[in-house]
Amino acid sequence: MLVLIGIVIIIAGFVLRFNPLLVIMASALATGLAAGLDVTAIVAAFGKAFNDTRYVSIVWIVLPVIGLLEAYGLQQHARSLIDRMKGATLGRLLASYLLLRQVMAAIGLTSVAGHPQTVRPLVAPMAEAAAEAKNDALTDDQREEVKAFAAATDNVGLFFGEDIFLAIGSILLMKGLLETYGYSIEPLHLSLWAIPTAITAFLIHGVRLRRLEKRMQGREAGA
Amino acid sequence: MITLDFVYILAGWTFALFALLGLYDRTNPKRFGNAAFWGLLALSMLGGDYLTDFQNGLLVLALVAIAGTGQIGRAPGGDVSAEVQAERAARHGNFLLLVALIIPAVALAGTFLFKYVPGLADPKQATLISLAIGVLIALGVGMARFKPPLLLPAQQGRRLLDAVGWAAILPQMLASLGAVFALAGVGEVVGTLIGGAIPQGSLFGAVLAFGLGMAFFTMVMGNAFAAFPVMMAAVGLPLLIKQYHGDPAVVAAIGMLAGFCGTLMTPMAANFNLVPAALLELKSPYGVIKAQIGTAVPLLAANIMFIWLLAF
Repeated sequence: MLVLIGIVIIIAGFVLRFNPLLVIMASALATGLAAGLDVTAIVAAFGKAFNDTRYVSIVWIVLPVIGLLEAYGLQQHARSLIDRMKGATLGRLLASYLLLRQVMAAIGLTSVAGHPQTVRPLVAPMAEAAAEAKNDALTDDQREEVKAFAAATDNVGLFFGEDIFLAIGSILLMKGLLETYGYSIEPLHLSLWAIPTAITAFLIHGVRLRRLEKRMQGREAGA
Repeated sequence: MITLDFVYILAGWTFALFALLGLYDRTNPKRFGNAAFWGLLALSMLGGDYLTDFQNGLLVLALVAIAGTGQIGRAPGGDVSAEVQAERAARHGNFLLLVALIIPAVALAGTFLFKYVPGLADPKQATLISLAIGVLIALGVGMARFKPPLLLPAQQGRRLLDAVGWAAILPQMLASLGAVFALAGVGEVVGTLIGGAIPQGSLFGAVLAFGLGMAFFTMVMGNAFAAFPVMMAAVGLPLLIKQYHGDPAVVAAIGMLAGFCGTLMTPMAANFNLVPAALLELKSPYGVIKAQIGTAVPLLAANIMFIWLLAF
């Protein structure tokens, strides 16, 4: 029971808005101590895990390219493309990206798109331009919401596409765990059962994108 | 053969360059903190395998000390003006888009190439290695066409990373915390608690507890992978599969997706939820989560219904 202190610290730390890095370290120390480890063992365990998970932080190497392209007007160009496409409404644009992201993830291409690679330089400015095309006086709050939905759409597309792919980590984890319990199940069998949820996710998020589009247009009527 | 070490070296030198440029940015009152923070991260990327576990742990403590005491920050200004950007956008047009698409295109092509032509690169890390190669190609093409000052990509990249700040290493920190939780047996304790809270004899009650437990525990841990073995051991296996004879493939596959609904709603999944808020310079760090709750809640309900309808 005492090892749950770490979870309490995490939740309290996030609610009280302490610096999350400090909260994580405090949680790790408290959890380790509660489990009877000494401080050097906890620091070493954390250090080993940090070194083993460095691949999580290598995505930042794309930033010099994004910075270069943005300095030469990539965001403006992405916007002007949307301005020239008459049919490109906010809802259709983000729904198309959602579908594309789901399909790509479903064939195992999870890292080809993402927040630094595609959302910040392309999808978010395109979504802003599409919203502006219908409403030339977007408020700051509306602009925030459009950008937040661009990021949200990337996440929904990734999460509810990737499990259709056979060799993704989560499928292998399920297969491995079920095998330890004596159930031998083909990865294909697991990935097929991800399809109903993938379709439902597209429908639910797609409806919300349409409603977002309506909300962004209706400023004059609402205000 | 190209391995992940190549990517770590590339990332290490990139962070080292960011640290150096940050050190010489006299407009930033926190330049020493920034230089130390990105410098330590460069050391981790380049030399982490040569340090002992304890030394790596001390490196993390130093990173936390620098960020936790507010020693890093971004300098104001430095943006290329909107007029200049618009003028350049008109001049380079679709070429900008082309360079931007080099990275995903090379990542795509490399993933297939390295999987089917063995010996070139580690096939298990094909996408990450291809991503790094794509970055180098895009950078080369962009430099050749735009002929910017030599350090401009690094300077602009550093400014983007400074805008993200310490949140840049939050995902890696949370992954490491997960390892300490596993060592301490946190999962087993939570599983026992949830397992004990289920009403006896109700199939729907058990399905509901499994789905909600996956989502909730994923929100706490920030990762459905950590929640999955715990919830399977506590509810999925003993109740849904053994007692009620549910199809293990359905219980596992859709249970995991119920967990993913939790990922959409938690600041603990920093790389998906907090990092993009920083990267898009949103005012609220929780803006992305707010946009996702309306999708996550009905989808979680749908997943619970799917398990109930399809597994039994």
